[in-house]
Amino acid sequence: MLSKEQITSLLSAIPDPEIPVINIKELGVLRDVVVNGNEVEIIITPTYSGCPAMKQIEDDIISSLERNGIENVKVKMVYHPAWTTDWITDEAKEKLRKYGIAPPEKTTADKGALMGKKRALECPRCGSKNTVMISQFGSTACKALFQCSDCKEPFDYFKCI
Amino acid sequence: MTKQEALFNYCLRLADTSLILAQRNAEWCGHGPFLEEDLALTNLSLDLIGQANSIYQYAAQVEGKARNEDDLAYHRSEREFLNTLIAEQSNGDYAKTILRQFFCDTFDFYFYAELVKSKDETLSAIAEKSIKEITYHLRHTSSWVERLGDGTEESHTRMQDALNEIWRFTGEMFEMNEVDTILIKEGIAVDLNSIKSKWESKSKEILDRATIKIPANAFMQRGSREAKHTEHLGFILAEMQSLPRALPDAKW
Ligand SMILES: [Zn+2]
Repeated sequence: MLSKEQITSLLSAIPDPEIPVINIKELGVLRDVVVNGNEVEIIITPTYSGCPAMKQIEDDIISSLERNGIENVKVKMVYHPAWTTDWITDEAKEKLRKYGIAPPEKTTADKGALMGKKRALECPRCGSKNTVMISQFGSTACKALFQCSDCKEPFDYFKCI
Repeated sequence: MTKQEALFNYCLRLADTSLILAQRNAEWCGHGPFLEEDLALTNLSLDLIGQANSIYQYAAQVEGKARNEDDLAYHRSEREFLNTLIAEQSNGDYAKTILRQFFCDTFDFYFYAELVKSKDETLSAIAEKSIKEITYHLRHTSSWVERLGDGTEESHTRMQDALNEIWRFTGEMFEMNEVDTILIKEGIAVDLNSIKSKWESKSKEILDRATIKIPANAFMQRGSREAKHTEHLGFILAEMQSLPRALPDAKW
């Protein structure tokens, strides 16, 4: 049987189905790995209640472990503590930015940006802070839509919750 | 009524309301007034379906009769649904859809903030998750109620018409029965009297800003706590349940 650390490292290779540049560990969806004899329980939490990627993530976890000879797997979904974008690692935030998605600010700093007030978001393409929000709802539940007034490109902002 | 029966009923009330409202909003998919609003409403629907899904899962567990969340959503009929009447009202124009959602969001905002304190750990955890999403919803719909109400002559008239039409469905959201009595005693349910004045003052604040007036006729329609619905619900279910009922053993 693999150890908790080995399993965690295996599962860290699973990308988020919608944003494949970051994995489920650095996104904060993978919460815990519990090894009990030859049984493994994987604890995950959804980013949003209705996130359609969760089923895919569950399937990916099971098949990843099966490929490594672990058959007895339970995936458990927990809601508490509720997922927050503050769990996304700094390294992952940088990956998001390079991918063209403005990373979430700290939840405490986010309110102003989404209320269309003061604190301007930085365009992930040209770095300009001259940006405006187009919609609080973007291409997926976790993103809002912004546009850069300098390079004119629209971009997704990974909104904080 | 036992505590278990009350809890099952309570879960259905919450999940059915989220699901039916989500189904209504989803009717706008591909028909929104413009792309961003189309996306906003469908995203909002998705959150509501997610909330319904987790509550149905818990309801199934509480019931303990080997039904699952899909059975509860797709294989119950009209007289078993406990969603609020406001959730099933027709979409009408965008003003009506937004106003309906605003009233429900305002209710949910105060309701789920209280439900976080529930002694039932599952409901508390689901509420903790949901409140973050609801906060976004309320921000969105309240800004649209204001913008349309205090907008052009046309949008103002439509928003006022919408209010005249759906105001009478807002009263029963706060109705309590034996289910509430049992669960409040257990520290599980939210005392709806405790959030009613907050709902009223938030609604009034936004309606004032939108320059629209609450109708003078104070009649309130009721019935959903006894699963008595308006003519709309049967049609919603017929459409929503047709596939799982035609192919009950289908696997995706
Ligand atoms: Zn730019």
